[in-house]
Amino acid sequence: MAVTAVSGSVARPIPRLRRMEDERWLAFALLVPTAVLLGLFIAYPFVEGVLLSLNSTRVGIKGEFVGLKNFDKVWNDSIFRTSVWNTFWYTGVTTVFKLALGLWLAILLNRHFRGKALVRAFILLPFIIPTVLSTFAWKWMFDPTFSVINWTLFQLGFITQRINWLGDPDLAMTSIIIVNVWRGVPFFAISLLAGLQTISPELQEAAAIDGARPWQRFWHVTWPLLLPVTMVVVLFSVIQTFADFQLVYVMTGGGPANATHLFATYAYQLGIGTGLLSEGAAVSLAMFPFLFLIVVVQLLYIRRVETR
Amino acid sequence: MALVSIRSVNKVYDGNVHAVKDVSLEVRDKEFMVFVGPSGCGKTTTLRMVAGLESITSGDILIGDTVVNNLPPMDRDIAMVFQNYALYPHMSVFHNMAFGLKMRKFEKPEIDKRVRNAAAILGIETLLDRKPRQLSGGQRQRVALGRAIVRHPQVFLFDEPLSNLDAKLRVQMRVELKKLHERLGTTAIYVTHDQVEAMTLGDRVVVMKDGIVQQVGEPLELYNTPANKFVAGFIGSPAMNFADVTLAESDGKLWAEAQGLRIGIPGEIARRANGRNGAHATLGIRPEDIHLAGPTDPTDLCFDAEVEVIEQLGSEIVLDTRVGNSAFVASVDPTLRLKVHDRLKLAMNPARLHLFDAGSEAAI
Repeated sequence: MAVTAVSGSVARPIPRLRRMEDERWLAFALLVPTAVLLGLFIAYPFVEGVLLSLNSTRVGIKGEFVGLKNFDKVWNDSIFRTSVWNTFWYTGVTTVFKLALGLWLAILLNRHFRGKALVRAFILLPFIIPTVLSTFAWKWMFDPTFSVINWTLFQLGFITQRINWLGDPDLAMTSIIIVNVWRGVPFFAISLLAGLQTISPELQEAAAIDGARPWQRFWHVTWPLLLPVTMVVVLFSVIQTFADFQLVYVMTGGGPANATHLFATYAYQLGIGTGLLSEGAAVSLAMFPFLFLIVVVQLLYIRRVETR
Repeated sequence: MALVSIRSVNKVYDGNVHAVKDVSLEVRDKEFMVFVGPSGCGKTTTLRMVAGLESITSGDILIGDTVVNNLPPMDRDIAMVFQNYALYPHMSVFHNMAFGLKMRKFEKPEIDKRVRNAAAILGIETLLDRKPRQLSGGQRQRVALGRAIVRHPQVFLFDEPLSNLDAKLRVQMRVELKKLHERLGTTAIYVTHDQVEAMTLGDRVVVMKDGIVQQVGEPLELYNTPANKFVAGFIGSPAMNFADVTLAESDGKLWAEAQGLRIGIPGEIARRANGRNGAHATLGIRPEDIHLAGPTDPTDLCFDAEVEVIEQLGSEIVLDTRVGNSAFVASVDPTLRLKVHDRLKLAMNPARLHLFDAGSEAAI
């Protein structure tokens, strides 16, 4: 461009390929596909969801703007309150167990033993099987009459009566938590194992010579060095668990008596099941500030851990 | 008293890899002992067995008067400096050095005093608040040393501590290590594959190969009277020349003969080689013990050589020469003007000749 200006000749249109040499154009061109995808599949549905929640739309009936009325209604809905509590309880308890068990497994798998590769691959199975299928298997295992769990407990003499796993509100929640932990532990174990393998064994040896006992070596060396990985894994898991749907939908459908609903399953039941699209949208949007807060807090924490 | 005794120690991995074979040696109190050898010779494994990081398959290791075979590393009163420093990346320099004392429940003021003291010795007082990744290689090395020093252990163990430093820094740290040892007087075992480090640092040196101790001795002892061909070739740079020769007696004298080479073996070695007439052997002579022949050199120590490569080092000239089907490296006067393919008459220093058995490779 400078050359044409200096030579004083009439400015010719810049060929399209030349235009790409300008970094602003190139950057724009490279960003377009991502922006389109994000806009089409994330921003657009999100905005539509927000608009829907401010409407009174039902299946087949085009609603009108009602402001925050849906949120007000949902706030006073006892099932919604139960599902909020459930979601936090479910996410909190499963995350603690998944982290503890996953870490324990990862430390075991980090040792040398025969058939290590095979066991590591095996560990991933619950993670690989489609959730709906494995959850159906669990549903049968929890069945009060044909349950293999009841049968085993009975044969071992621990129980004399059938336990109604999915029929009792508290037991149903516990059952769901057990299945979620079973399904989530492999992800924690494998990710943490990858994290453990980045920690030089020399550090353990140095700590051993420095006089640290095994527990102290874990607490002062392994755990702080594993923390960034742990935080990322927990972050992913919390987001996924918080918005979980399949597991509860298949196991209990939110029952018995709406006792096991989570945000996602209740939003689905309200919006699709009952046809109150706008109220369903309001329920699922109510999840957003919580998730947003969790993500922000954890990201800030990860940044702090990584820069120290 | 911090003497380390290694008695008939063996290490077998997974039932078939015999890494350390029947090693016995004593490291005296306040001694700086260097284990040297090529990679895989068992020197690091031996050190790790002393540290307690590796179990002992058979034999005994004593530190002071205590058999430590089954003691965990923390109860052996040792400190170790690792090849990759093994500093805790999430702790500051201060806490890296204090960690061992904290684990041993020292009082805070005592920890503070010892860490600052060690930092002063090593010249790293200004780095105490830094994290390891903010340090250069040499500084990390000092911190690793500091972590060992603060503990006031009975024995220091060094596992190739200088091998990750660049050449110039390595020489500098070598000197500092030597000074540090003289100052602290703690018994030390130092593993390296670098024979220069071994020669300069060691009060005594252990040369190992294939898990077997080849020779234990003071540096000059290894240099002057190597026990076998391996030690002779490993110690010294450039390496000792070896030529396959046949021993022949004539005129009441023993001769080492090869194509283009007929060297009269001097009295002392000839006496030890008595009865080997006609046997094969290996003749050894260091490059620095070969010189350009002058009129005073007896002819039975001279040989004709053709220059193949000239390496001008300034302080000396290293010549690669060919003698029949043997090759000899000679280190000669740097003022000589030589050309490739020059034919020279070279002479050996008779007092520095070595002869090794062709089969066992032991010195004759």
